[in-house]
Amino acid sequence: MGWYNKRLAKSLWVFHISGSPCNNCDIEILDLITPKYDVERLGIKLVGSIRHADVLLVTGVFNEKVAPKIKKIYEQAPKPIFVVAIGSCPSSGTVFKNSYNIVENRESVIPIDMYIPGCPPKPEAMIEGVAKLMEKLNG
Amino acid sequence: MKLEYLFFIFIFPGILFTSILGLIIGWVDRKVSARFTFRVGPPFLQNFNDFFKLLGKEATLIKNSIHSLFIAAPFVAFGTLSLLATMIGVTLFYGIGFGGDIFVIMYLMMIYSVMIVLGGASTGNIYSSIGAGREVKLLIGDELVFILVCLVPIIKSGYQLNLESIINFQASNGAFIGSASGILAFLLSIICIQAKMTMQPFDIPEAETEIVEGPLMEYSGPPLAFWKLNHFMMYVIFPFFLILIFLGGFNLTGLGILWFILKYVGIVVVMIIIKNTNPRIRTDTALNFFWKYASPIGLLAIILAILGV
Repeated sequence: MGWYNKRLAKSLWVFHISGSPCNNCDIEILDLITPKYDVERLGIKLVGSIRHADVLLVTGVFNEKVAPKIKKIYEQAPKPIFVVAIGSCPSSGTVFKNSYNIVENRESVIPIDMYIPGCPPKPEAMIEGVAKLMEKLNG
Repeated sequence: MKLEYLFFIFIFPGILFTSILGLIIGWVDRKVSARFTFRVGPPFLQNFNDFFKLLGKEATLIKNSIHSLFIAAPFVAFGTLSLLATMIGVTLFYGIGFGGDIFVIMYLMMIYSVMIVLGGASTGNIYSSIGAGREVKLLIGDELVFILVCLVPIIKSGYQLNLESIINFQASNGAFIGSASGILAFLLSIICIQAKMTMQPFDIPEAETEIVEGPLMEYSGPPLAFWKLNHFMMYVIFPFFLILIFLGGFNLTGLGILWFILKYVGIVVVMIIIKNTNPRIRTDTALNFFWKYASPIGLLAIILAILGV
């Protein structure tokens, strides 16, 4: 599997879902494919369909309404798939922490492999997160 | 003799050669497209990595789809393209016919579009269905022009249908691009190829930002890998076909190799430039363009060819 994981690390296709975010992280994710940061040089491509994806980017606190949908999308993804949570919301809940309609334990909805905190995280931070995922895959 | 045929199909002008050259040219496409938008672009082996990665992913099946069609479509398309690559490549590189004439080539090229339609429509997904429908509309648009364009070399070579007779006629009488009708037909054929490969001005069926890759949306794993490989193989097949019917083939000795690279890369670069400088057009605009403007020019090219210009 070592050879295959090296291929996988070099072509991570990314699908992006918003789990009730404030939309800042979503805007920041799109910065990654602009000329300044251009993650295509690392083989990363933003795809429109979950069936093509290797990495699932989730943003935001998951509220009760979107949590089942996120679970459904995760189940539709072809395995292996890695879930990367972008922003402070999935890791801590930030200001929505004790809100009545959010899911307290986000890992009960989908297994999250990596957190990239920040409100929103800088594009450099997200690239570093991806680099760490690649390191892990390369062994 | 049998062993030679296997070599033709599986190794040299066939599957292996076309796949590797196609994946490399696919990288050229992605790199040049990236440079057009001042990005860096992917590394050299990117398409190979993508292909092998997709081969190892899980292939998902949809509960309400027609499974046999869904799985068969990409592989039948791959077989069709391999056959096309072999027929065109053997004529170009060895100068011998592989059975079948220019009409067989036209039919096989149409089968590829039909496979996209079947594969997309079998899923039941609404975006895939829309994509499949658009593919049919685009096929209706570009097929007439493509047939008209393919008639020009037939007429100019003295009504010969075999690929090797067409190429031999050009070897003795000069390439067809040297005449007025040849130039017209060549320009039209580049536009047709753009539509057949569903590249940028005519990427109506696969519109990534609108109906998320359309017919390919529900595919994952190995079938998706073969769809991607099919698309890259067309980067080899269509330019080779154009070189065969308009530019007089190759002569792989001495300076001929340079001419081969120049002709092939020239056509590919023109396609990439058209792709990167044009936005996607609407379905009705595309049909309008093909039926109202391109078809009369194609007819004009045929009339010029009959007059011998």
